[in-house]
Amino acid sequence: MDFTPDDEQQALREAVRGLLATTYADHDARRRTVAEDPGFSESLWGRLAEMGVLGLPFSEADGGVGAGPVEIGIVCQELGRVLAPEPYLASVVHAGGLVAACGTPEQKTDLLGRLAAGEIVLAAADTSPGARWSSANEGVRAAVEGGAWTLTGVANPVVAGDRADVLVVAAALPDGGTGLFLVSPDAVECTGYAAADLTRAATVRFDASAATPLGEPGRDLSASIATISDLTRIMGANQALGVMQSQVRATTDYLRSRKQFGVTLNTFQALTFRAADMYVSLEMAQSMVDWATMTIAGGDPAVVADAADRVGLTIARTGRHVGQEAIQLHGGIAMTAEYAVGVGTAHVEVLGQWLGNGGHHLGRLAARVADHEMVEAV
Amino acid sequence: MQLELSATDTDFRARMREFFTTKVPQEIRDTVLAGRHLGHDQIVESQRILNAEGLAVPHWPTEWGGQDWTDLQRHLWHEEMQRAGVPLPLAFNASMIGPVIAQFGTEEQKERFLPATANLDIWWSQGFSEPDAGSDLASLRTSAVRDGDDWVVNGQKTWTTLGQYGDWIFTLVRTDPEVKKQAGISMLLIDMTTPGVEVRPIELIDGGHEVNEVWFSDVRVPGDLMVGEPGQGWTIAKFLLGNERVGVAPVGATKRALARLKSEAGDQLDDPLVRARVAELENDLLALELTALRVVAHSSDGAPHPASSVLKLRGSELQQAVSELALDLAGPASLAARADDDSPQEDWARRAAPTYLNLRKASIYGGSNEVQRQIISRTILGL
Repeated sequence: MDFTPDDEQQALREAVRGLLATTYADHDARRRTVAEDPGFSESLWGRLAEMGVLGLPFSEADGGVGAGPVEIGIVCQELGRVLAPEPYLASVVHAGGLVAACGTPEQKTDLLGRLAAGEIVLAAADTSPGARWSSANEGVRAAVEGGAWTLTGVANPVVAGDRADVLVVAAALPDGGTGLFLVSPDAVECTGYAAADLTRAATVRFDASAATPLGEPGRDLSASIATISDLTRIMGANQALGVMQSQVRATTDYLRSRKQFGVTLNTFQALTFRAADMYVSLEMAQSMVDWATMTIAGGDPAVVADAADRVGLTIARTGRHVGQEAIQLHGGIAMTAEYAVGVGTAHVEVLGQWLGNGGHHLGRLAARVADHEMVEAV
Repeated sequence: MQLELSATDTDFRARMREFFTTKVPQEIRDTVLAGRHLGHDQIVESQRILNAEGLAVPHWPTEWGGQDWTDLQRHLWHEEMQRAGVPLPLAFNASMIGPVIAQFGTEEQKERFLPATANLDIWWSQGFSEPDAGSDLASLRTSAVRDGDDWVVNGQKTWTTLGQYGDWIFTLVRTDPEVKKQAGISMLLIDMTTPGVEVRPIELIDGGHEVNEVWFSDVRVPGDLMVGEPGQGWTIAKFLLGNERVGVAPVGATKRALARLKSEAGDQLDDPLVRARVAELENDLLALELTALRVVAHSSDGAPHPASSVLKLRGSELQQAVSELALDLAGPASLAARADDDSPQEDWARRAAPTYLNLRKASIYGGSNEVQRQIISRTILGL
């Protein structure tokens, strides 16, 4: 039992933090970056690749580093800390995770090697308009004729879809189940847009678009898709934690420095008590994030799925509490796009609505309450 | 970072579980598990069983019966007791005055009191709060005036928990009214059979008799019953209130209460709203338990961890929230709280309202939750 990162993990955190600071030393840099295509810094992406960060989750045989979930979580926390818009979750954790879990050896070596090297961006198209966090994607249908696969339908939102070099698409198989396919952006109509936090997503329309099955053709991959989604949720929780840590820090700094009525705000007990409650929420969230991240190493998909729901619920609740209070305690300044605190609240909400919101996770947990006597931490 | 317990800790936990579930009488554990009140004799019997095995005061210095455990092991010991329904060693003895005497007492005081305190041969009461000195404890007025070798004590203490059973009371008294208020406070150990000591019960909103007023009228206390030096009482009180890092949040007991409520809820657990409330509470309790584990696994220097305030704050909130759910599930049946035992309403439902009312105390005692927020905002956030 140990909740303390070891020296190497600490060194990774400092290295990633240092690298991110070269691009996002202040929020203004983030604003400028998201305002221009592709919505993130290609140069920073390349340097993340050089540092080995983009290959962290993948085996050395596939061109990666073979690191564990704690390391990936640390990267996500640091990205969240500065609201980095780089599509690490979407491209490396989610789409890359699908390739690593389901691809043939050749597909893995090719795609993950190039992803780790920063040569390509992947995006997972696994959600259709109106769908909510399912491992089945009914909105895109696969067809096969003479061994040639095509896809038809619409995927949206496809996070990082407008910049992707290869789309990893979930589609309903002709004989039932859900398969995964690799699709070139040239074969689809892709319309990019910005989400509330100004990170990018896209609508992707498939019209008998040529597709290559990922892994064995025609096989139902729902279980793998669900597990990779759960892993992505847990890493998304790490990213949200980084955002919230920054918000609590910014709020306490602000309360110490901002003067009203001739005194600093921290002289008003009503405000400091609310900050104390934010800290309590944050500590609880940190515990859940650390725990959920560590469950991944055990390798049991059911345990990971449970942990994803639990941390998802906690982060949803904490995100609203910390994010709303951070804005309220800052006052008007946090309503502006110039200031990171309010944008952080948007970012946490975007992560949650993309990967699974509080109601979704609570519903899943509620359905299982009679299955156990009590929830065990270890 | 590592989630699993080590083999040593897993064995340790198994040993605790085995002992608690086989050596402490079932009847006592059933009483605890059902949330009924324990009697004096049951509490004493249980603590003596633990003490004989070296499990009553593991956090004391080893020469006085302590075990050289890690914080994590102490945490596991504490959790397993709660899970098994074993009454926790009487806090006034095990967590409060015992460590104080071991730290600040004379050799004579240690030999006289520590073995008897560990074995609950002496039942201690706490004489800190006064009608005008609650969270602002330094304002206390009960006086002790030197008269030859003795101190003569006059004043009133209140909220003396289980004072009706007390053999002795450790008491903060004002020995010097002239100096800064914290500096004039001392700690006296007072035999409650001394002439002039009077215990008066206070009835609480749950109908129970759990706390008392204790009045002192010209009570003569021998000088060798002062702990530490005159004027050292405030330092000692801070030590007493601050040295407990394990168990400030009753995680195991609250988890157990919720688990039991699930089994008692019957059909109501089919209601999606009930299920959602349970799921939310289970999740919040998991976060609390993990936070407690983070705190105990992190530092081993024995110093109070500032996160104790986080655990106390959240722990009391969740303890109260589970009691609210129980009351809501009991519904009309809860009105039978003070009905005779032949009431057709189920036992758990009849206890729901008193328990809910009783647990309002959890956010008041041990430093109110507002005091905890103050500690968090000042010492952790620097506000």
